[in-house]
Amino acid sequence: MRIVVASGKGGTGKTTVATSLALIASERESVRLMDCDVEAPNARLFLNPSFDSHKEVGILIPQVDENLCNFCGKCAQICQFHAIAVIGKKILIFPELCHGCGSCTLVCPERAISERLEVMGVLSGGPAVHDIDFAQGMMKIGEPMAVPIIRELKKWAPVNQPTVEIRDAPPGASCPVVETMRGADFALLVTEPTPFGLHDLKQVVAIARQLGIPAGVVINRDGIGDDAVEMYCNENNLPILLRIPMERRIAEAIASGKLLVDAAPEYHSAFQNMFESITTEVYI
Amino acid sequence: MKLAISISGKTLDSPFDTRFGRASSFCIVDTESGEWQAFDNPAISASGGAGVQASQFVASQGAQAVVSGAFGPNAYDTLAAADIKMYIAPGDPAHSATEILEMFKAEKLTQIEAATHKGYHGENH
Repeated sequence: MRIVVASGKGGTGKTTVATSLALIASERESVRLMDCDVEAPNARLFLNPSFDSHKEVGILIPQVDENLCNFCGKCAQICQFHAIAVIGKKILIFPELCHGCGSCTLVCPERAISERLEVMGVLSGGPAVHDIDFAQGMMKIGEPMAVPIIRELKKWAPVNQPTVEIRDAPPGASCPVVETMRGADFALLVTEPTPFGLHDLKQVVAIARQLGIPAGVVINRDGIGDDAVEMYCNENNLPILLRIPMERRIAEAIASGKLLVDAAPEYHSAFQNMFESITTEVYI
Repeated sequence: MKLAISISGKTLDSPFDTRFGRASSFCIVDTESGEWQAFDNPAISASGGAGVQASQFVASQGAQAVVSGAFGPNAYDTLAAADIKMYIAPGDPAHSATEILEMFKAEKLTQIEAATHKGYHGENH
């Protein structure tokens, strides 16, 4: 079972929820937690993995053998990202524009194009607390594209296949979030009861619906803002699976790197119930 | 020589467009005979690499020099590979393509030897 924790708005508590959910799930399942927020992975701060494996990942970008090239320009014509240009007898390659689709290599009639790995980030994995199998991607500073790293992270085979995979998504509602959500069995959407929280919740709900993924909602900082999120959830058949009230002691615990269910044990059963609901939704 | 000028419009009276990759059109004018033709910029709606695409376009039209308001690193590299000289002109006050042409002929424009700003992607950002 693959559960993705997403939010739209940043700072709503995705990692707070994902890490505590991982801990609760690990009481009876084998769990892999993947931190897919490759621009700023931080779930490791709560689960303290010891990384014992690493892998450099990226995209395959073209390199042209000018002895074989006849400068026909077909590679430049096919490239919708304008990452390769042929000017007279010169070939220019712009790695930061390349999406690694491989079209230029396929279309080259002279087979003058080979591909090399352009490293965009590093995957790291290892055991964390409660035998949680932890994995994260970390994008290199200055890289513009997160999606290839997330794609490789999802493909990175664990030593032992887990029964539950939890993906901590990046914030937002753009390509990296779509890539993280793709292939998941359930989307757990963490929001806060504010106009901003609602606005972005609607966007990730739309992604989940487009991908055909059932979704449920966690309302964090419950008690602030207004009741518009609740009304929206009711109108759109989105079950509210958990509410976490705004409490200073919770904020302080999270800020010092403690898991929510450790800092506030009364959430233990609430997370168990939520995990139960998700399991029921996925398997029935 | 053939000079490309980034403009918004389709005539020599059209205003100079200070954007290069995202210019709405290019006017290609023969600086000796005055003959000219205006083209839509094929890169205007490119999702990325507009500078590269616009550069390839002006090169394919045979331009030997181009006037715009700014050139990013990818446009600079592509135009330089095509041996096209790059000149910058101010957007304020507004000028027509004809006025830019006159300024070019009077050698009042600055030729650049490096990109005028950083790119919008990746390491050049």
